[in-house]
Amino acid sequence: MLRIDRATYDRIVAHARRDHPDEACGVVAGPAGTDRPERFVPMLNAARSPTFYEFDPGDLLRLYREMDDRDEEPVVIYHSHTATEAYPSRTDISLAQEPGAHYVLVSTREPDHTEFRSYRIVDGVVTEEEVSVVETLSESAATTDSSPEESVQR
Amino acid sequence: MSIEVRIPTILRQYTGGEKAVEGSGSTLAELIDDLESRHAGLRNRLVDEKGLRRFVNVYLNDEDVRFLGGLETSVKDGDNVTVLPAVAGG
Repeated sequence: MLRIDRATYDRIVAHARRDHPDEACGVVAGPAGTDRPERFVPMLNAARSPTFYEFDPGDLLRLYREMDDRDEEPVVIYHSHTATEAYPSRTDISLAQEPGAHYVLVSTREPDHTEFRSYRIVDGVVTEEEVSVVETLSESAATTDSSPEESVQR
Repeated sequence: MSIEVRIPTILRQYTGGEKAVEGSGSTLAELIDDLESRHAGLRNRLVDEKGLRRFVNVYLNDEDVRFLGGLETSVKDGDNVTVLPAVAGG
């Protein structure tokens, strides 16, 4: 399950909307080993494409250096699909190289609602997981759980 | 002295879990061959028949080696090499 706070969820959706019809991408970093997506880091899509995304190699190095220095991991790696559903494409699966990350897919194909789904992608195997949106990461998930279906309505 | 090579999470299966390993050589290609001799399997994840793999980034002292000379890039003792998989998709 991906547990994410409302503000970060909204920022991912806003980034995807802003860059539409190009794909948007970024990470949410968190302290190593905690699985807590705490620090939203939007990235430039160096491909500037409606069908492909790639972090700029220089930006990528700076991002990983910064995470190393702060003892963080990429807890979430997100990108948008702008004309298709929020499900990993064949390219997404073959290029996924962070087995510990939650791969978030956002679809902006419909103007008035945004699909937001999360997956593990390990050795070419995709496993969808529940997305739990909480007001803050410190509070109990039980009171504010939101199923992926509810998330779709936002 | 030798060359420090930082290894990303996904390739640490070849380095016994080590985040960084040391190697030697006068070019990046020689350095990778040297690493392969102790960390079998690593080379195939970095290069293919055409050279450096498209979705693996290799940096020499923070410069992308694609802009330096690819596998023929000169390296020397004291250099730092960082390997990072691209974050990319469709």
